[in-house]
Amino acid sequence: MKNWVKIVGICLLVYVHTAGLLAEVPRLNILNETIRGLYFHVPMWFGMTFLFTVSVYYAIRYLRNPSPELDRKVLEYANVGTVFGILGILTGMLWANYTWGSPWHGDPKQNGAAIALLVYLAYFVLRGSLDNQEQRARLSAVYNIFAFAAMIPLIFIIPRMTSSLHPGSGGNPGFNAYELDFRMRMVFYPAVAGWILIGLWITSLRIRLKTVEEAIIELEDEK
Amino acid sequence: MKNKFLTALLSLFTVLAAQAQASTVEMADTMRSEGKIYVVVGIVLIVLVGLIVYLVVMDRKVSRLEKQLSDRQR
Repeated sequence: MKNWVKIVGICLLVYVHTAGLLAEVPRLNILNETIRGLYFHVPMWFGMTFLFTVSVYYAIRYLRNPSPELDRKVLEYANVGTVFGILGILTGMLWANYTWGSPWHGDPKQNGAAIALLVYLAYFVLRGSLDNQEQRARLSAVYNIFAFAAMIPLIFIIPRMTSSLHPGSGGNPGFNAYELDFRMRMVFYPAVAGWILIGLWITSLRIRLKTVEEAIIELEDEK
Repeated sequence: MKNKFLTALLSLFTVLAAQAQASTVEMADTMRSEGKIYVVVGIVLIVLVGLIVYLVVMDRKVSRLEKQLSDRQR
């Protein structure tokens, strides 16, 4: 990963964390100042979806042309994506506690996100339960595609078909006003881009570490 | 004519009502006017910058490891 990309990511996040607290936001009942949570909670999900998409891309590439290198990429993108998802769940629970009344509201999107994360956690369980490296890589790549195919409807389709407290689905007038707010977009989009870049950076670090680790094991075996 | 007037009046009321509602929504205005919001911004930025510095240090460490490894592989 190029150094200037990392710097762009850092600058975006510094801007987001300043403007996210200082810039004007719409005055809405119930939400009040917590509307700023949008700048920090939602980018976690965008980051997760992005990293999972890259992961499934490498999973397909692995199945077409297997190599340990691609397997490492599939694993680490899914790994960092899951971290983003867990942060998304936790921030969402805190936010929901003060605006919806309880941390777990049984909201379709909340439930869907939790199930999707469990599906991805099973990916790591599957990997951990296989010893043969090739078998583990192949089976988990297939499972990764399934997990991705399960996540998309769970997070993006089903919640929109039923009524949900999340914006963009069902009846939710409290949120609709900001969906078109230009001032908020000026902070929200940089937040999404910044977190995706930082997520890519962390993933690239993990892939490099794993590569070094496996090369060392190989060296030890040669001795 | 009368209808148009009524519509205009009604829309005016709607706008006024919306504005009145907007100004009564409670926001952290006192905190902002006291300037204490900058303290929060400072705290958040310290955490963010600290984590990023940590990430940079790790990045360097991995680069060093990669270099050591390539020296040994030769």
